[in-house]
This record gives sequence, C-alpha cells and structure tokens, in this order.
Amino acid sequence: MMGWKTLFYKEVLRFWKVSFQTVAAPVLTAVLYMMIFGHVLEDHVKVYDTVSYTAFLVPGLVMMSVLQNAFANSSSSLIQSKIMGNLVFVLLTPMSHWAWFVAYVGSSVARGLVVGLGVLLVTVWFGQPGAVAPWWILVFAVLGAAMLGALGLIAGLWAEKFDQLAAFQNFIIMPMTFLSGVFYSIHSLPPFWQQVSHLNPFFYMIDGFRHGFFGVSDVSPWLSLGVVSVAFLIVSAVAVQLLRTGYKIRH
Amino acid sequence: MSESAPLIRPGAGPAIVFRDVVKTYETPKGPFQALGGVSFTVEQGEIFGLLGPNGAGKTTLISILAGLTRASRGQVSVLGHDVVSDYAQARRLLGVVPQELVFDPFFSLREALRIQSGYFGIQNNHEWIDDLLNSLGLADKANANMRQLSGGMKRRVMVAQALVHKPRVIVLDEPTAGVDVELRQTLWQFVSRLNREGSTVLLTTHYLEEAEALCGRIAMIKRGQVLALEKTSVLLSRASSNVLRFKTDAQLPAELASKARVTGRVVQLPAHNALEVEQILAAVRESGAVVEDIEIRKADLEDVFLDVMAEGVAS
Repeated sequence: MMGWKTLFYKEVLRFWKVSFQTVAAPVLTAVLYMMIFGHVLEDHVKVYDTVSYTAFLVPGLVMMSVLQNAFANSSSSLIQSKIMGNLVFVLLTPMSHWAWFVAYVGSSVARGLVVGLGVLLVTVWFGQPGAVAPWWILVFAVLGAAMLGALGLIAGLWAEKFDQLAAFQNFIIMPMTFLSGVFYSIHSLPPFWQQVSHLNPFFYMIDGFRHGFFGVSDVSPWLSLGVVSVAFLIVSAVAVQLLRTGYKIRH
Repeated sequence: MSESAPLIRPGAGPAIVFRDVVKTYETPKGPFQALGGVSFTVEQGEIFGLLGPNGAGKTTLISILAGLTRASRGQVSVLGHDVVSDYAQARRLLGVVPQELVFDPFFSLREALRIQSGYFGIQNNHEWIDDLLNSLGLADKANANMRQLSGGMKRRVMVAQALVHKPRVIVLDEPTAGVDVELRQTLWQFVSRLNREGSTVLLTTHYLEEAEALCGRIAMIKRGQVLALEKTSVLLSRASSNVLRFKTDAQLPAELASKARVTGRVVQLPAHNALEVEQILAAVRESGAVVEDIEIRKADLEDVFLDVMAEGVAS
C-alpha cells in the first residue's frame, strides 16, 4: 500500500505552494536574528576559544528554524484540515495510522530541512562555522525535525482551535527552543540553570547539531543522540497511538 | 467485535450489512442515543434510499459505515468486510460523498483527484479521471483551483473524489442539497449509469420525489430507529390511496388541521374514498372557509413518509 507516498507528496506540495510564507519568511526571520544578535554580541560573548560568536550562532539559528518549521508543518496542516473539514478525504481512505505518521512526520522533516538549508545559506556569510563532522549535522537535523514533526502531529490532533495551537507553540515550543542554547552555551549559565537546561531535550538537539560544525560541544554527541532518540521514540509512540485510536478525528 | 463470527464470506453476499448498530454520544446533558439498534441489509446492485428527518441518525449511520465514527455496539460490513477489523478492504470498496461541502484550497481539481487516487494506491488512472470530469460536467474546470469553483461545482468534485477508486458500493449523503436542477439531473444520470454497470448505491436525500424515482427499496428512520423498510412500490401502496388538495386562506377546523399537510395556502388531506372527500369539504364549508383549486391526486412518497413519521411519534 503506497498511499503514504501520496499523502507525503500532498503535504510537501501544500507547504511548497505557499513557500513564500513557509520557507522565505522563516529564513528572513533568521537573518534578522543574525544581524541583531550577531552585531550586538559579537564582541561581548565568547563561547569556545576557537569560535567567533557569529559562527557559533549560525548552527543554533539553523536548528531553531528546522525545529520550529517542522512543528509548524504537521500541526498547521492538521488543524487547517480539521477546521476546513477536508481531512475527511484522508479519513475515508484505507491508509493505516502508520501511513499517516510517516507522511506527516516525513513532510515535516522535508520542510524543516528546506528551511534549515535556506537559513544556512544566508547566515553562513556572517560567520563561517565550518563542518567538522557532517554526519552529525545530518543526523541531528533529521532526528530533531522528526521529533518536532511528531510533536506537531500530536498538537494538531489535540487542538480544536487555532488559538489552542498558538498556545502550544508559544508556551511550549518557543520557550524550549529559546532556552536550549541557540544563542549561548549553557556553560555560561549559573550551575542551577545548567542543570535545568540538561532536562530540555531541545538542548541536546542543538548541542549535537552544533558539534557537527565545530567538533566541540557542551556534552558528548553520543549522549545527545541517545537523549534525542529516546525523546523521539516517546513522542512518536504517543502520536501513533493517537492516530490508531482516531483521537479527535474519528468519533 | 472481532471475536464474533464474520457476517458473511468476504466479497459475496450483501453489499452492506448493518447489524444491531447502536451509537451513544456523551453530552454535557448526559448520554444521547443517536442510533438505537439499527439492522438492515443492502443487496448488491440496489439503489437503496435512506430517508428520515434531520437528526434521525442517517449521517451517523453513514459515518459508521465509512469509519468516520465508531459504533458503540453492533457490526457493519461492506461486501463482507468488517468496517473496523478489516477497515482497509472495506474502505477500498466504498466511495462516500460526505454531506458537508468541503474542499482543499491548496489544489486544482485535477490535482485533488490524482491525490485522492494515490491515497488508494492507484496511479495512472487518467482515463477514469477524464471520464469522471466529463460525466460530471467538470472537464473545462480541471485545472482551476478549488477555491474558484461555485458551490455546485465543488459538490460535483466531491462526487468525483468519492469515485476515483471505482468503488463497488457508493454512498451519497444528501448529494443534491442546495444544488440546481441541472446538476441534479447530471448527477442522477451518472449514478444510474454506475448502478447499471454494477455499483450498489446507498443514498439519503430530502427530495422524496428523487428517492421515489431512483430507489428500489427505502428505509425510513427516525430517532435512530428503522420505522419502515420496504420496496418503494410496496411503501407507496401503503399510502392512504388518495390525497385531496385545495387552496384556502382560512383557518382549518381543528379536527382537519391535525391531519392536514399545509404549505402556505395549499392544504393536503388524506382521503380514502368519495365519502371522505365530501365530509372534508363539508367540514371546511361549515367553518366558513372558501376553497379553490380543488383536486384529488394519488398519494406519493412524501405522504407515506409523513404517515410513517407520524406513526413513529405515536409509538
């Protein structure tokens, strides 16, 4: 049964048709962050001895964009389809809950990577971060996007109104990404907040991703890989279960 | 549900089987029973009508058949495939046109149909898509965005989307609600053609003359219960033979008003024989009312429907 390929294709086509909003806009936002924070903090913050602040900032902004857009893709697609009522065309098909999961998460990864690549291409001119270990870059980008895609699936199924989804995004996703070390190394934090940061799975995504660029990171990339993988599996298990039972979509 | 014996061997036997289907919704005011043990069978090759007032449970029943809603109890199967335990096969055999007018604003009509085919694992069915577009009068709109289409056009697209995978059982939930005469004609011609070619059709409609003209058998439901299930001809013969129809501006006497079907100035009353006609007219005359345009006609499905619904209330 190849239905998932079509659903994946449709979901990619959906964001691509409005790429000005779904790709260009987040790239511009990242450039603004880069210009403002890079300019203001360049001479004040030293993270690693060998790395300039702007170079340090590049992977952080890329990963933040990957994560936020992966989340936005599945969640906004689902809630729009639910509110418009056109989800029924997917509900009437023989596709299994696994097909749904793979298609929605896969298309979220696609959007996350497209936006991430766009952000990388425009911010890399501000400070070259290098790419010491490209496989780590790819692994964390895909895994991070997949986890946020699955989280977006849960949020999109759960939310009944756009403001509920906005609350999920603004009160959970945004703080967790901002407090994960996008703009700073957690070693610059007081010990208590360092401990708190270690409880945030988003920290490991960004730290592992950054390791791929610099070969240095706050924790071992293997630890990060372990934490992110476990987080992904837990979130995926919840998402698949919700799809299997038809949570809020089959009554 | 999966523990009970299969209804019939997959692929053979009836097109649709509803067996003791109960659906109860939890509401803030307590549980609400939308379906109270509905059982009936639609045979292969039939055009079967499901009639009932708003809120009778027709859409709930269709939603359970389509897997959009889960029954609280009971079993439903499509050509022998249980809609829960064997949902993939059941849905492959089923094409459903939902009642609500919905569309995906991101795509053109042809894209929407190709995508819908892909969900069923079907590729390269361009010929069939073209046939659908032509038969439903959509060919010149194939590349238009769904947002640009009128309501009637969107309704036709929904019909096309339900048929992309050539389902053997077609379910139309009020497909002609709010659409013009031309589309109704086009749609029924097309549905009749599909039926002649072997598809089974289950439809709900509020236009009873459509049901009378199209359906071989009809089930009437109200408040989640089947009140009547007969061949259309048998149902019609159940009617109180004739209807006396006239126009008046005056109030009817109470004993007539309770039996009458009043639409604006038009009054329709069941009359079994000439004596009853005379008695009705005499009663109207005594009340001082002036009547005009008197005629007597054969009872139609609407009269039967109202009779059955009234009996339903009494019971």
